[in-house]
Amino acid sequence: MTTFTSDPVGKSVPRVDMRDKVTGAAVFADDMQFGPGLHYGRLVRSPHAHAIIKKVDASQALEVPGVKAVVTGKDTPTRIGLYLKDRFIFALDRARLVGDPVAGVIATSEEMAEEAARLVEVEYEELPAVFDPVEAAQPGAPLIHPELGEYEVVNFIFPEPGTNISEHFKLRRGDVESAWPRCAAIMEGTFRLPQIEHVPIEPHVAVALWEQSGQVTLWTCSQSPFAQRDLIAQSLGIPHGNLRVISPYVGGGFGGKAGVSMEACAVAMARAVQGRPVKLRMTREEEFICTTTRQSLVAHTRIGCDAECNLLAMETQYYFGGGASNEYGVNIARAAGYSCTGPYLIPNVKGDSYCVYTNTPIGSAMRGFGMPEIHWGIEQIMDQLAEKIGMNPAEFRRRNCVKSGATILTGMEMPAVDLVACIDKVIGAIEWDKRPSASAPHKKRGKGMAIMWKAPAMPPNPGSSAIVRFNEDATVNVEIGAQELGQGAFTVVAQIAAQALGVPYEWVRVSAPVDTKYSPYEWQTVASRITWSTGNAVKAAAEHARGQILEVVAEHWEEDLADLDIKDGMVISYHSEREQPLQNMVVYGLPNEGFEGWKGGPIVGTGKFMPTYVTNLDFETGQGARAVVHYTVGAQAVDLQVDTDTGQVEVLKIASAYDVGKAINPDLILTQIEGGAVHGLSSAFEALQFDEKGRPLNANFVDYRIATIADVPREIHGDIVETPLEDGPWGARGVGEHVMVQTAPAIANAIYDALGIRFTDLPLSAEKIFLALQEQ
Amino acid sequence: MHSITVTVNGRPEYLTVPPNMTLLRMLREVLALTGTKNGCEAGECGACTVLLDGEPVNSCLTLAVEADGREVTTVEGLAEDGQLSALQEAFVELNAVQCGFCTPGMLVSAHALLARNPRPTEQEIKEAMLGNLCRCTGYLRIVGAVQTAASAAADAGGAA
Repeated sequence: MTTFTSDPVGKSVPRVDMRDKVTGAAVFADDMQFGPGLHYGRLVRSPHAHAIIKKVDASQALEVPGVKAVVTGKDTPTRIGLYLKDRFIFALDRARLVGDPVAGVIATSEEMAEEAARLVEVEYEELPAVFDPVEAAQPGAPLIHPELGEYEVVNFIFPEPGTNISEHFKLRRGDVESAWPRCAAIMEGTFRLPQIEHVPIEPHVAVALWEQSGQVTLWTCSQSPFAQRDLIAQSLGIPHGNLRVISPYVGGGFGGKAGVSMEACAVAMARAVQGRPVKLRMTREEEFICTTTRQSLVAHTRIGCDAECNLLAMETQYYFGGGASNEYGVNIARAAGYSCTGPYLIPNVKGDSYCVYTNTPIGSAMRGFGMPEIHWGIEQIMDQLAEKIGMNPAEFRRRNCVKSGATILTGMEMPAVDLVACIDKVIGAIEWDKRPSASAPHKKRGKGMAIMWKAPAMPPNPGSSAIVRFNEDATVNVEIGAQELGQGAFTVVAQIAAQALGVPYEWVRVSAPVDTKYSPYEWQTVASRITWSTGNAVKAAAEHARGQILEVVAEHWEEDLADLDIKDGMVISYHSEREQPLQNMVVYGLPNEGFEGWKGGPIVGTGKFMPTYVTNLDFETGQGARAVVHYTVGAQAVDLQVDTDTGQVEVLKIASAYDVGKAINPDLILTQIEGGAVHGLSSAFEALQFDEKGRPLNANFVDYRIATIADVPREIHGDIVETPLEDGPWGARGVGEHVMVQTAPAIANAIYDALGIRFTDLPLSAEKIFLALQEQ
Repeated sequence: MHSITVTVNGRPEYLTVPPNMTLLRMLREVLALTGTKNGCEAGECGACTVLLDGEPVNSCLTLAVEADGREVTTVEGLAEDGQLSALQEAFVELNAVQCGFCTPGMLVSAHALLARNPRPTEQEIKEAMLGNLCRCTGYLRIVGAVQTAASAAADAGGAA
């Protein structure tokens, strides 16, 4: 039976990648075959958190049989980075974290590479290290990047040379000083989040081949093939057209495979053994420490409201612990700055958001991009204010949350969203007003909620493009540079193409793997931007192709273009009721009467999308006409119980609702909502731990536990709200990251409801909760 | 080097392997059966789960020579003649897959569970799959897919 889905937008059609993924046929980067000529790389890493590299001696390593070359920082003297070029591919003069790559060994087997890596002798001179972002931001702290003032930086990021501050975003609106006396309730606190890891089940893998002709190919699991091409090409002096990045399916990204991390090492190592592919594969320990992590945060936040519960003022300082390089992370602090109020309308705001260098693993993009971090404190303070004023926290949020058309903290008008509807949905689903009892006398039950907003955090002008081509049988190939990470991007773009063309969903194929040599440009698969941005490009490409088809048929039938349409793969005329199947004509065109010549030819549609309306913001105030493209908003509520004998938290149910504009594939959105809720739940209990010298203590799955199948709630309820986005395809906006942003504070609010104890620092370990109960 | 005979997905293979080669590396690097995934090489994530004489094992902690004279089933062996198994069908139907990297190990663990316990409870499913980590799905649909497959098998058995 052949399935035939007309008008697939809005329908929960099956994913395009399922069959490959349940049979083992789906190819990931580690599965690609390179034959017996493949070489293997192993990185030599700094054992010190902060040290001068005095000497690297590879002579012993080079004597190991099978060792072909050793690459060091001297081979990669040009800094690399997305927003701020602050990192050497191999550490040159200074190691800035335990795990900084100092050298790379290339050998004919993994074992030999590993053995030789141990023989590379590096002489270090240890320097004082700093791990806490607040300490690191103080004058007199050990300087991690003394050359900060020389680094190339984009024009919307503001480092403070001579300090460890790589970005300082200032938000000034209204007058907080005059507002505080008018507040009936003011709550404040310091909230801390540790560094956590993305923990994709697929570790980073990169294979690079540098041919003697100068052509370079990188095969890797990447959210950012084009950004990697751009950044690696710049740093290693490769013409962009000579560097080809190929990325098959990605085994989970969550931001960890965005931008460049170890991939550049693989390319630099391949240059040393030209003509041979070099494979570099992270161990799980390296994956935890040496790729990238979520930044830590220390937030000092103070918020006040009047007796009628109107929010009046907020003052906040966010110190993001950005790790040893902030080349990507600077924009997290910026995003946290321009969204520093969370999803609330507050007339008087003073916000300072800092990204700070620390001698810890590199903080970079992770699902939520600064928003889970800042909502952790904001959403607890909102509950505290509601309690103090004596108002239901749901009602408090309904009154104060962002509304369509309102002027938000940067002076921008809030695009249409319905956050109140999201609040109402989760309140209904969690049965907010019911107070069920715990399952045992030693357990205490509680409910909590939290709301969120997040904008895609990007440069002002990230572009997407797409190509739509027809085959003889009228099946369609859609080419995009966006990546399938598991979120369902390929399925959604297939739906969009089918809908815009007027062909059944089953006729559309998405070309994979993404290959920068053949795929059209895409900035990165990040920021929950693919359904919206790539979706717009695919829709434009499909409409372009559709227009070409209709023109040929209109001319052929001598009819008015406006009378023609494409339905289920057939051109139809509402005027003459004639029909023309797409088969063959989309490649060969149509013959004139009596075969006196032909019309048309192969149909190829192209489309692009780039937001053109985002403005830079004032350096002193963070004010500007249009800070971001849009916001996605949502609410979550949790029902949980705490075991007072052990401090263990058992989450019974999570209810989520998000305003996605338009659900292109409703069930895929629910899969994001469910997976995100568990990711958010898990994140509340995770922390990378280090000793006093910055050495990792728990870089493995046993000591760094992520949620297992036994930890998940019995029920995760999802609701979809649809307030169309002005420039989204059929009104759609992204939701992939938002689904975990406010889970941790919702849990903290529920724990407070259960125990009457507030926890300001993550993780919410059983030990911490147990000790707090003892104190109580 | 050791010469071994292993039945992989129903077909005998005669192989020469070094003594320290793991079953995972034998499958992936010698037989190019790359459906079995390498997630940690420490027996902690379950992505490399295969069946050894019907029992689920972490192939990263099993030596290739231990498989000598035994039967190995990988994710590639679950479909028969191009027909997905009821379990695979259920994973597809319920969208119990996102990135797909943990999926082969999940399927193999669930397959072994259903072979020894055709009607597992939710708790039994969770116990059997505790060693299979997933970062994308939130697990609920995976539990649901195993239950769906169990029901489908029971219905088919009832009709026969």
